[in-house]
Amino acid sequence: MTGQLPIIVILGPLLAAILAAFTAWLRPKLSYPLVVLGLAISFTAALKLVFIVADEGAKIYWLGNWGNQNHEFVVGIQITVDNLNTLLLTTVSGIALLTALYAKRLVETELAGRQRYFYALLSLLVTGLLGISITGDIFNLYVFLEIAALSSYALIAYGKGRAYMASFNYLIMGTMGACLYLLGVGFVFIKHGTLNIDNLSEIIPTLDPSQALFVGFVLILLGVWVKMAFFPFHGWLPNAYTHAPTASAAVLAPLATKVAVYAMLRIMFTVYSLDYINGLTGIQPIVLYLSTAAIVMGSFFSLTQTNLKMIACYFIISEIGYMVGGAWLANRPGLTGAMYHLVADAAMTSALFMAIGCIVYRLGQAQLDDLKGVFFKMPVTMAAFVVTMAALIGVPPTCGFFSKWYLIQGAAEAGVWHFVAALLLSSLVKAIILFRIIEIGYNRVAHPAIEGNPAIPRNEAPLSMLIPTVAMTLGLIALGLATNTLVNTIIVNAVPAALTQ
Amino acid sequence: MDTIHSFTPVWVILTSSVAALLIALLGRWPNLRESCIFVAAVIKLGLLLSLAPGVLDGDLYEFEVMELLPNVSLAFRVDALGLLFALVSVSLWIPTTIFSMGLLRPLKSHAQTRFFFCFAIAISSAVGVAFSANLLTLFLFYEALSLSTYPLVTHHQDDDAIKGGRKYLTYLLGTSVALALPAMIIVYQKTGSLDFANGGVFADGTSTTLLVVLLVMFLFGFAKAGLMPFHTWLPGAMVAPAPVSALLHAVAVVKVGVFSIIRVLTGIFGVDLLANTPSLSTIVCVLAGITLIVASLIALTQDNIKSRLAYSTIGQLSYIILGVGLATKSGIAGATLHIPMHAFGKITLFLCAGAIYQACGAKCISQMHGMGRKIPLTMTAFFIGSLCVIGLPPTGGFVSKWYLLTGSLNSGQQWAFAVFLTSSLLNAAYFLPFVYKAFFSSPSDEAKWESAKEPPLLTVVPVLITAMGCVLLFFFSGKLYQFADKFVELYVSK
Repeated sequence: MTGQLPIIVILGPLLAAILAAFTAWLRPKLSYPLVVLGLAISFTAALKLVFIVADEGAKIYWLGNWGNQNHEFVVGIQITVDNLNTLLLTTVSGIALLTALYAKRLVETELAGRQRYFYALLSLLVTGLLGISITGDIFNLYVFLEIAALSSYALIAYGKGRAYMASFNYLIMGTMGACLYLLGVGFVFIKHGTLNIDNLSEIIPTLDPSQALFVGFVLILLGVWVKMAFFPFHGWLPNAYTHAPTASAAVLAPLATKVAVYAMLRIMFTVYSLDYINGLTGIQPIVLYLSTAAIVMGSFFSLTQTNLKMIACYFIISEIGYMVGGAWLANRPGLTGAMYHLVADAAMTSALFMAIGCIVYRLGQAQLDDLKGVFFKMPVTMAAFVVTMAALIGVPPTCGFFSKWYLIQGAAEAGVWHFVAALLLSSLVKAIILFRIIEIGYNRVAHPAIEGNPAIPRNEAPLSMLIPTVAMTLGLIALGLATNTLVNTIIVNAVPAALTQ
Repeated sequence: MDTIHSFTPVWVILTSSVAALLIALLGRWPNLRESCIFVAAVIKLGLLLSLAPGVLDGDLYEFEVMELLPNVSLAFRVDALGLLFALVSVSLWIPTTIFSMGLLRPLKSHAQTRFFFCFAIAISSAVGVAFSANLLTLFLFYEALSLSTYPLVTHHQDDDAIKGGRKYLTYLLGTSVALALPAMIIVYQKTGSLDFANGGVFADGTSTTLLVVLLVMFLFGFAKAGLMPFHTWLPGAMVAPAPVSALLHAVAVVKVGVFSIIRVLTGIFGVDLLANTPSLSTIVCVLAGITLIVASLIALTQDNIKSRLAYSTIGQLSYIILGVGLATKSGIAGATLHIPMHAFGKITLFLCAGAIYQACGAKCISQMHGMGRKIPLTMTAFFIGSLCVIGLPPTGGFVSKWYLLTGSLNSGQQWAFAVFLTSSLLNAAYFLPFVYKAFFSSPSDEAKWESAKEPPLLTVVPVLITAMGCVLLFFFSGKLYQFADKFVELYVSK
C-alpha cells in the first residue's frame, strides 16, 4: 500500500473532481463531502510520504508500471517524490483541505444558487497543483500546469462584475506563460531526446553549454515567471484574485503562485544544475535586481491600495520576489530560505485570505474605510488577522521571521545588499499597513466601554469559518517554532547536495 | 561558579503572562482582577529573590526551551545583570499598579482590563529580555515589548494618542527591523553564534570597518535606548497615562534598550575588544556623550513636566551607555548600578507628575509656583526623586554616578569625566529651580489652586514608597554593588 501512496495523493482529488461533477448534476449536496473526502485522503497520503521519504530517501513511482524503465531513455510516466516534493504536497493538500472546510458557508452566500460545480473545479485545481508538485517529467508538468490554470480561470470567473474581465486577462497572460514554457520544453527535448527529469539531470551536465540549452532555459523561466506573477509579469494577479469569489481566492492565492515557484526551483536545480546557474553570471544579478524590484513595487503598491484584498494581492507579488531572489542567491541559506518560505508564505497567505474572507462574509466588502469598529465586531477574526500580519512582517517566533532570517543571511553571504534592504523595507511597509488597519478598526472608534458611546454589537464569523482561520493562524506560530526540525530533516535534503557538503 | 539547569527563569517569565490571562478573564470584577496582579508580582519577586543568593555566588541559571536555528536556541540564562534588571522591573510593578488603580478608577477610565493586561505582558517581555541567553531570544522579547506597549501608549485613543503611538512604533519597530535585525543576522553569518559570552563572539582579526558598521547598527537599532537622533519617540510617547510613562518609559522599555546595548557591547563585542579598539569605544562614548549633553539642554527648555522628564530620561540613559562604552571595570559597574538608581528616581518623578496632575490639573512647570505648600507630600517625593536623578546624597543616584566618574578617569576617554559633571550640573539646573519655586514662591494664580489638595491615598502611597526607595538604595548600595561586581567579574577578564 505504501508503494501506491504517490499516486493516491493525486487520485484522491482527481476522482473526487470527476465524481463531484457528476453528482453536481444528479445530487448537488453530495459533491461537497466527496471533495472533502478526496482532499482528506490526499492529505493523509502526503503526510505519510513526508515521513517515509525523510527516512528512506526519494521514491520513484511508475504510472501503470509501463514504459521501458531500464532503457537509457525513459518513455513511461514517472512520478518522483523527494523531500522538496513532500514538503509541497503536504502544504498544498493541507491548505486545500482546510480551505475546503472553511469555504462552505462562504460559497453558500457568495455564490448562492450558482455553486453547483464549484467544488468539482476546486478539486480539479488541487489535482493540477499536486500534479505539478509530484511529476517527474517536464512535459507532464506542463499538462498539470494547464489543468490548474484552466480550473482557476473558471474559479475566478465565478465572481461577479469585473471578474470576467480579470479572468480573461489572466487567461491571456496565463496562456502566454504556458506557451513560453512549452516552447522551452521543446528546445530541451530536441536537444536531449527525453523529457524525464532524472534523465535530463544526468545528461545536461555532461553536455557542453549550448545556445539551445540556454534558450530553452530562458523560455521555461519566463513561462513560470508569468505563472507565478513575478515582477514585471504580475499585472494579471491583483485583479484576478480580488474580483474572484472570496472562496476561490482563498485557495488560489496561497497555492497557485507557490507551485509555480516550485516548478522554477525544480527546473533550475534538478533539470539544470547549480553549476549551470552559477555559470549564468550575466543573468544572476539581473534576476536579483528584478526580485528586489518585485519586493519594492509590491510593497509600494500595497501601500496605495484601499481594498484589503488588493493589499493582500500585492503582498503576494512582493513575497514572490523573496522566493525568486532566495533561489537565485544560489547559496545554502538563500535556498533554504526560499524553500522554507514556500511553505511559510503559503500558510501566511492562506491565513490572511481566510481572515479577509471572514471579514467579507460579515461586512460584505473589504474596503479599509468599512473596517471601522471591526475589532469590536469580530474580535477573534481580527486577533487572527493581527497575528497573521505579524507573521508577514516577520515578528518572531512566527514562521515569517525565520524565512526572512535565512533569506537575509543568504543575501549577506552573497553580498547582495539591495536584496537585504528590500526585505527589510517590505517588513516595514507591512507594519505600516497593519497599524493603519488597527487605527481605523480600533483606535478611531468611540470606545463602546465608555458610557454614552454607542455599543458595537459583536458579529463574529460563523464557527465553520472561524475554526479553520484560527487553526491556520496558530499553525504560523507552530511552523515558526518547528523551523529547526523542518530545516534539518527535510529542507537540508532538498537543497542541492553540492551546497550542504 | 556553576551553571545550574533550572526551570525557575521560565516560571518567572510565565507568572505575569498567566496573570495577564487571568486579568483578561476577570475583567468584570476589578478588585479580583487587580489582586491577581499583586499575587503575581509577589510570586515573581519571591522567585527572583530565590535566585539571588546563587547568582551572587557566581552561579548561572540556565534553561533551553528549544533550538530555533542551528546553534541558536530559545534559551534563558540568569546572570547578575539580568537578575538585577528583573528585580527592578518587578518590584516597581507593585507601586505602579497601586498608582494606576488610584488614577484610573476615579476617572472611570475605559478599557482598564486591556490596560492591566498589556501591562502584565510588558513585564513578562521585559523579564524575558533580562533573562535572554542569546541575541535572538533577546530580540524576540524586545519586539514583544514594543507591540505589547503600543495599546498602552495609545490608551486615550484620541488624535494625540494615535499620533504618539504611530511615532512610537515607527521608531521602535522601524529601527529594530531595519538596523538591529540585519546586524544580528550578519553577526550570525560571520560567526555562527549569537550567545552572549565573555570576550564576545568575533574571531581575532575581524575587520574593524565591519565592527564599526555593526556597532552603529546595534546602537541605533535598539532605539529604546533613546540615542540621538532616534530619541523623539520618547517625548511623543508621553501622551500615555502617567503610570505607563512611569514604569515603561522610565524603567522597563527604555531600560530594555540600554540593557540590550549592554548585552551587545559586553557579550557580542566583548569588553576587551572594545577596550583594545579605540575607534569602537570612541564611537559609543561620543554618541552617548552628545546625547547626554544635548538632551539635558533640551530638557531645560521644556515647560511641560512630562516632556522635561522625558528628555531627562534620554540623557540619563546615555549615562549608562557611556559607562559601558568606557570599557573599564568601574565604568561598567557604574552603568549597571545606574539602572536601578535611575529607575527609582525617575519613576518617583513620573508618578509625582501624575499625582500633581490629578491633584490640580497642572501639566506645566510654570504653573507650579507655591504648589509645595498645597501638596507637600507629593512635592517632597518629587524633590527626593530629583536628587536621585541629579546624583546627590543621600540617594542612590549618588553611588552610581560616583562609579561612573571613577570609571571615566580610569579609561582612555577622560573627557567623559567632564561630560558627566556638566550633565549633572544641567540636571540640577532643570530640576532644582522647579522645586524651589514650588516651595518658596507664592502661587501665581491663587484662586485657581485653592481647591488643590493632596491626591487620594492610592496615588500618594506609591509615590512615597518609591521616594523612600531612592533613599534606601543609597544605604543598601553595597548589596547592589555585589550584583554589579558579579556581572563585571563575568564579562571583564582583567
